[in-house]
Amino acid sequence: MEEKYDSKGYLNMELLRFTTAGSVDDGKSTLIGRLLYDSKSIFEDQMEAIESVSKRKGEEHVNLALLTDGLRAEREQGITIDVAYRYFATPKRKFIIADTPGHIQYTRNMVTGASTANLAIILVDARHGVIEQTKRHAYIASLLQIPHVVVCVNKMDLVDYDEKAFEKVHSDFEDFSAKLAIKDVRFVPISALLGDNVVDRSKNMDWYQGPTLMHILENVHIGSDQNHIDPRFPIQYVVRPMTTEYHDYRGYAGRVAGGVFRQGEEIAVLPSGFTSRIKSIDTMNGPIDKAFPPMSVTMTLEDDIDISRGDMIVKVNNQPESKQEFDVMVCWLNEKPMQVGGKYALKHTSRDARCIIKEVKYKMNINTLQKLEDDNAIGLNDIGRITLRTTVPIFLDGYRKNRNTGSMILVDEATNNTVGACMVV
Amino acid sequence: MESYKLSHLRELESESMFVLREVAAQFENPVLLFSGGKDSIVVAHLARKAFWPAKIPFPMMHVDTGHNFPETIEFRDRYMEKLGANLIVASVQDSIDQGKVVEETGFNASRNGLQTVTLLEAIETGKFDCAIGGARRDEEKARAKERFFSHRDDFGQWDPKNQRPELWNIFNGKKHMGEHFRVFPISNWTEMDIWQYILLEGIELPSLYFSHKRECFMRDGMILGKTDFIQTRDTEEVKEMQIRFRTIGDATCTGAVLSGASTLEAIIDEVASTRVTERGGRADDKRSEAAMEDRKKQGYF
Repeated sequence: MEEKYDSKGYLNMELLRFTTAGSVDDGKSTLIGRLLYDSKSIFEDQMEAIESVSKRKGEEHVNLALLTDGLRAEREQGITIDVAYRYFATPKRKFIIADTPGHIQYTRNMVTGASTANLAIILVDARHGVIEQTKRHAYIASLLQIPHVVVCVNKMDLVDYDEKAFEKVHSDFEDFSAKLAIKDVRFVPISALLGDNVVDRSKNMDWYQGPTLMHILENVHIGSDQNHIDPRFPIQYVVRPMTTEYHDYRGYAGRVAGGVFRQGEEIAVLPSGFTSRIKSIDTMNGPIDKAFPPMSVTMTLEDDIDISRGDMIVKVNNQPESKQEFDVMVCWLNEKPMQVGGKYALKHTSRDARCIIKEVKYKMNINTLQKLEDDNAIGLNDIGRITLRTTVPIFLDGYRKNRNTGSMILVDEATNNTVGACMVV
Repeated sequence: MESYKLSHLRELESESMFVLREVAAQFENPVLLFSGGKDSIVVAHLARKAFWPAKIPFPMMHVDTGHNFPETIEFRDRYMEKLGANLIVASVQDSIDQGKVVEETGFNASRNGLQTVTLLEAIETGKFDCAIGGARRDEEKARAKERFFSHRDDFGQWDPKNQRPELWNIFNGKKHMGEHFRVFPISNWTEMDIWQYILLEGIELPSLYFSHKRECFMRDGMILGKTDFIQTRDTEEVKEMQIRFRTIGDATCTGAVLSGASTLEAIIDEVASTRVTERGGRADDKRSEAAMEDRKKQGYF
């Protein structure tokens, strides 16, 4: 690590969250190891540890994949069984990787990793081209509305860096993804094992004029990934100091889930519908004049109205839908199948409710994108469209409009496990 | 066009404040584990910000091995007074005196592992349903899969294969009687983020983090500070060194680094150019390849 970091520059970096998807043996762990290694995020003691393990196992190259194989249970089985989070930074950006395994039974892990990601890397083995799992990964990226997708055509070294192999993946993927709602897709030919086009430009593929993977990660525009149009402020907690200095202070703490709120503006509170004005937007570092996602702030209002956790502050002329019956796409996360007619606890922003699953509209065959309308059995890793009825009104936006107010989870009331991930249609 | 950008530190700060507010809203009796190390100091600072102008709505707890550098305790007491916080001290010495744990003996004796028993007992005694900790996912392999809301069974154990999926920013703190949660608000922070944030917010730290002269000796490639709690071998030469600590834990197993960094800016430059992980200086992790995983399963932080 020769370059010196400018401690002031580091204070103004952006944060990019991305997820990686690939099937078994696509070289996903190697790619992550390569990103960490070439960005000099690997420390000597970590490197020594994996060198000695690689040597002990008689492997030819230092196995960079070992950097990300976390738990002993996994090392013994040689697979990754859960979402793991990795961190690295370059002088331009800080990165959080949600590293998710690619096996068919782990759709739920990719959904989990994708739910917070700005960008998805989908790995394709250049020798095998676009396969069923690639389609599944693309579908999940589209369903979870990840704003940016980078298709990395890996193992180019094993196809003699042949442009045709890359072009085949490119056109096959585009044919398939035309049916999906992915806004921004890019393609990069790489070799994670040897480092071509990961951080450093490849000397073996003159025919590729585009950026390296790292260049995309460092420069992709993420400023518009959040909704800055439709103001939504779910109340998390009511701050009441009850001290002499702040005797009558009543602040509404939360994280802005959409749009922009300004001091002095007129607002409405759901579900009551009462209106007021924003008196102040407070932080410990002093009051601020505007708040936007994903800022955590505390608001005070001009009028004394009864507000508690689960309520939502919005604009008078821009309100979410308030509904007790609605359709969602659900991804089932639990071994115990979804019960049609069953009751579940529901969590949406800061609001808790109970719901009943009224019906299954269809189950998705995520390999063919066919809607199976006569199949209503939703089990682990299945995705389908269902209708929910809730005990209290939920303040909804479509998931495409706002990932924060368009998402919710279902909780099994007997086990308390999180069993369903829902996106408002 | 106005720009709506947050720096990565403000985004992390906002995420952590959100998590802390969820704790206050979802649990009846949470407690914040405070060790006097920089990570727990940052968590306490974030808790102040999350509930300001009100006080932090839960107590702090220090699991005290009794083997602290005096600077840590002095700082702890001063910081708690500043926060106006209620501090609970759970003492490993008490667990030893009551015969609940047996003290290790020999040159590498450490009370680090014994903390788990004391911690679980204190959680039970205080009827705490949530213990907030300052662990980060970048610290160690076994932590990379830890959740923000980490479910523990009624024996305080962590089952890595049975953790709840965490999607978007929706946290599920529902639990049965007797179970509790560990919550890690700074899961997504790295060591570098912590230091940068301390600089950004002007957070006060114990003097141990800054370069100072101290009586030290070498053991297994680590620099340990001489204290009454560690037996030194005849072959281990004690001499004065210019050092600082990268982490502050139990004095018997926290390694120091040779350093002249006496300001935050100098420490940040040093962290940026460092080639060994933070926990590389901790003897407790070196015991076996899966040391952390095993301790976590038993209910370690």
